[in-house]
Amino acid sequence: MFPAPFLLHAPDGFFSVPVSVAFWVVTAAVLAISVREANRSLEERTVPTLGVLAAFIFAAQMVNFQVAGGTSGHLLGGVLAAVLLGPWAGSIVMASVIAVQALVFQDGGLVVMGANIFNMGIIGTLGGYVVYRAIASLGRGWRWQLGAAAVAAWFAVEAAAVVTAFQLALSDTSPLNVALPAMAGVHALIGLGEAAITVAALAFIASVRPDLLQSRERAIAAGGEGHAGGLRGALRSGPAWLAAGIVASALVVVVLAPFASADPDGLERVAIDHGFDAVAKANPYEILPDYTVPGLGGTASTVVSGLLGVLLVLAVVLGAARIVAARRAARLQREEASSTA
Amino acid sequence: MSGLALDRYLPRESPIHALDARVKFLVAVAFILAVSLLPAGAFASIAIAWAAIALASGAAKLGPFRPTRNAFFALPFVLAALPLVFTRPGEELFSLPLAVFTLRVSVEGLVAFLTIASKSWVAVQAALLLAYTTPFHDLVDALRALRLPTIFVTTVSFMYRYLAVLSDEASRMLRARAARSGSRSGRSGGSLRWRAVVAGRIVGALFIRAYERSERVYQAMLARGFEGTVRPRASRALRRREWAALALAAALLASFEAAAHLWIPAV
Repeated sequence: MFPAPFLLHAPDGFFSVPVSVAFWVVTAAVLAISVREANRSLEERTVPTLGVLAAFIFAAQMVNFQVAGGTSGHLLGGVLAAVLLGPWAGSIVMASVIAVQALVFQDGGLVVMGANIFNMGIIGTLGGYVVYRAIASLGRGWRWQLGAAAVAAWFAVEAAAVVTAFQLALSDTSPLNVALPAMAGVHALIGLGEAAITVAALAFIASVRPDLLQSRERAIAAGGEGHAGGLRGALRSGPAWLAAGIVASALVVVVLAPFASADPDGLERVAIDHGFDAVAKANPYEILPDYTVPGLGGTASTVVSGLLGVLLVLAVVLGAARIVAARRAARLQREEASSTA
Repeated sequence: MSGLALDRYLPRESPIHALDARVKFLVAVAFILAVSLLPAGAFASIAIAWAAIALASGAAKLGPFRPTRNAFFALPFVLAALPLVFTRPGEELFSLPLAVFTLRVSVEGLVAFLTIASKSWVAVQAALLLAYTTPFHDLVDALRALRLPTIFVTTVSFMYRYLAVLSDEASRMLRARAARSGSRSGRSGGSLRWRAVVAGRIVGALFIRAYERSERVYQAMLARGFEGTVRPRASRALRRREWAALALAAALLASFEAAAHLWIPAV
């Protein structure tokens, strides 16, 4: 009945109000960009298409396969949506899926919905897409693209789990040295299922209806070299996507570094080394926040540290957005040049 | 027919059902926010919030305990908060000696855990009550009236319309797979990789069917005079009584919150 990985659908009450509000703000800002970009690039037919494909993501989350001992693999669908629809439309579709799951099925809360959309809808689509394009730009051929999609799908689930663990820790709901290894460990496995389903689905679509894939993927699937710009286009766009990917993965490394040393001392040291001492200050076992009176100090530092981490991710996403816009402008110029010639 | 219950709406003739969806949505979100802001150990306040749900559910002619009974499905997530019982420093309640180390249960940890679990349980009940008493298309209209971007509102409403269709499509494909690949309890045919690939192909096939359906839907809409935008049902301004209901709910929730922080005893 509630097929998607339930540990990522946080109910109300598990994230503190400051964390929930901070992530609502960030989610709303990113989705506003998505709406603008999607409205600009898609035509009127998107009205039914996005809705039906949101229902598709919901139904696709029902498709499972048995792994072992009664457990089964599921799809979350962020990277699949981003590759099939583009990252902007993909994030709108995922946000709609999460909203309907919360409103109709109470699968995930309302006040915490901003954080849930951020974890599954924004990291999954925009973050996953940056990883996908960064890796895809390094190699050629359809198999390489599928590999890139696999890595991106795994990354999207793992990153969502890691961010959820941090949100739980910032909310004082679960200590970081328990939540982070547990969430990261479980979702490293769940991510493999996500990667397998995503790749198999893309490969199937490419062989049956290659015309449904976005132009670039379609061209590569047909054995071509990518878009018309050829080598020059690749040189122009490749490094930028690569840079975005490096920033994204550096972020993951910073986030995952404490995971390597599970003891709390190591955690704190890494936090201070990387200038995340604001996060450490908000940690439950550092300063016990005064719970009975909503102390401004503790709350404010939670908000600040939550925003800090989130702003980093946002910077990556915005960087990607500018690159997309530049690419689109360049393509329009090329098309104009070729039509006048 | 769909095996999924796609709507929790339970039609009744009640003042709660008759209330405008915008008012109900805002009050439900404010209620959940108020519950989330309660201090740790405020079990008396949480009980008051729960009683308010039971009262409202009774007033909606659903029976006072229907939301309470049906809110258990959110409980698995409490696993995420369980470690608090052992890690929060404080007065030791008791300790469990295990082979290598000892698990100490602190009073503070137990209180924090029970607070999170009970808050979440009451919050889920509020969301359930909203879904029981409000048809989904009214909720979508409410979201539109609350100025959510059109692309979201139309995506959500189209998604809801095709949810049952695509869920049916998916369950038919899963049934076909079960019939063909010898699925027995706990064991099914093929290697793990093969099973994953089959699941992925089902997802791919589902996407193609969904996309083709969306094209047919679009053609049908064009044939009926669609011009690129969905014209919403005209939304009327809130009546004075509805503003009064909103103000009353806000005042009640604010004074409840203040009382919970100042007077109502917490553990």
